[in-house]
Amino acid sequence: MVIGEGKPLQDVLAMVSQNKKIIVAGCRGCVTVCCAGGEKEVGVLSAALNLARQKDDNPIEIHEVTLERQCDTEYLEQVRSFIDEYEAVVSIACGAGVQFMAEMYRKIPIYPGINTNFIGVTEQQGVWAERCQACGNCKLHFTGGICPVTRCAKRLMNGPCGGSTQGKCEVDPETTCGWQLIYDVLKEQGRLDKLEHIIPVSDWSTSRDGGPRRIVREDLKL
Amino acid sequence: MTSDSRLEKILEEGHFAVTSECGPPRGVGPEVIQKKGEILKGVVDSVNVTDNQTSVVRMSSWSAGVLLKQMGINPVYQMVTRDRNRIAIQSDILGAASLGINTILCLSGDHQKFGDHEAAANVYDLDSIHLIQTVKLMRDDKKFLGGDELKGEPRMFIGAAANPFADPFEFRVVRLAKKINAGAQFIQTQCIFNIERFKKWMEMVRDRGLHEKAHILGGVTPLKSIGMAKYIKNMVPGMDVPDELIERIKGVEKEKRAEEGIKICIETIQQVREIEGVHGVHIMAIEWEEMVPRIADEAGLLPRPAAQ
Ligand code: SF4
Repeated sequence: MVIGEGKPLQDVLAMVSQNKKIIVAGCRGCVTVCCAGGEKEVGVLSAALNLARQKDDNPIEIHEVTLERQCDTEYLEQVRSFIDEYEAVVSIACGAGVQFMAEMYRKIPIYPGINTNFIGVTEQQGVWAERCQACGNCKLHFTGGICPVTRCAKRLMNGPCGGSTQGKCEVDPETTCGWQLIYDVLKEQGRLDKLEHIIPVSDWSTSRDGGPRRIVREDLKL
Repeated sequence: MTSDSRLEKILEEGHFAVTSECGPPRGVGPEVIQKKGEILKGVVDSVNVTDNQTSVVRMSSWSAGVLLKQMGINPVYQMVTRDRNRIAIQSDILGAASLGINTILCLSGDHQKFGDHEAAANVYDLDSIHLIQTVKLMRDDKKFLGGDELKGEPRMFIGAAANPFADPFEFRVVRLAKKINAGAQFIQTQCIFNIERFKKWMEMVRDRGLHEKAHILGGVTPLKSIGMAKYIKNMVPGMDVPDELIERIKGVEKEKRAEEGIKICIETIQQVREIEGVHGVHIMAIEWEEMVPRIADEAGLLPRPAAQ
């Protein structure tokens, strides 16, 4: 899923400093699961904004709403009936949700209330970690199910580099070296011979380098 | 011969090669590099010019290489894949070759986290093995990575690095084999402090016959002080400084520790030279270039042969 993390309150306060009436909009998708932008976080952020503004003697009116998803027009429609009564929206959906809302409602600013960090997993309660960079050209079958684009700080195709020490990445002793993981799993599976071959130069045109990506499925279009 | 590289000639003629390196300045002054060149000229066969090492911005490696070239020194153009994509890489290779650079060392480079521009994007369009393949493709097949033919191929002697001290240990030789298969003709290793581990690695190298496919140059670095030894041991990833070595330096008086470091370095060179399959040494005297002539002399590496 998409993992995000709340922006510092000061940043959000700065965004809405000129506004008196805003909507704080959450999303029940990924950001609910990673506790960054669901109904609960809408409540927490709204309360914090309210409190801070009251302290400054500059109260703000906040409409709290949490949509099923902000990446679908059908759910974004649900704010149409009241959005015109407000001066701005703080969306705490992922970056896609914030943008889709901004595309649909162009009259008022839509501010991001969280940072969208990565596509990842819940390693344990309260710990999320990146697993995919959406390069558009999955190579996991070569690398024991561990992504070198994501889990190597240099996205090397033929690692590990000379900085790999005792399983850790040169960049940070807290980070596991992705190539050590690849080595370990292939060794366990008796497939180390896979690493004798050079994984060729990548085609990054399927990644962000090729420009904004789009998938069109004619069979599904209405 | 695949190039006009002095290093290639020395190695192909069967001499025990000696290389060293110098870091370009953090400014425009050519005199910094020229001064280092003066020290190293005639003492080593080739001088590596580092490419923004540890991700700290410096004068470009090819331009500092040209400055050395003008002094009659054979520069080894170090190129990392951290900062440029395949377009810039191939363009720089053409430019360097047109300016007379004929020896290249292909590296992935330290992560920018170590340097003075931590906020920089890293490129890593290619990795070091792809870079080796790219230079070889341009030189031997006269082609760009994109498939087009190039006019006037860069005749480069191709090198790569190997770190026998990184992990996983058993895989280091496999990775070396990949580099050699990709086209690496000479290999410079990371600094050897743990000679036993290096010997074990060389044994694995010989088991695969890799010492006959590429020239291996063992890397050595004189330790100036206990502080430096500890820093390398604890702070530089992929380095192995055994405690005995630190104890040995500790064992002498403070003023004599640098001297002890030099002595250890000379001994390491002599030990490395005895190992079957090692064809040279790469002396990395970090900001201590003035010691290289003495090390080379006392290790019995002088005078250098006049390869033509
Ligand atoms: S240490 Fe491992 S994860 Fe880190 S850059 Fe090197 S190969 Fe990649």
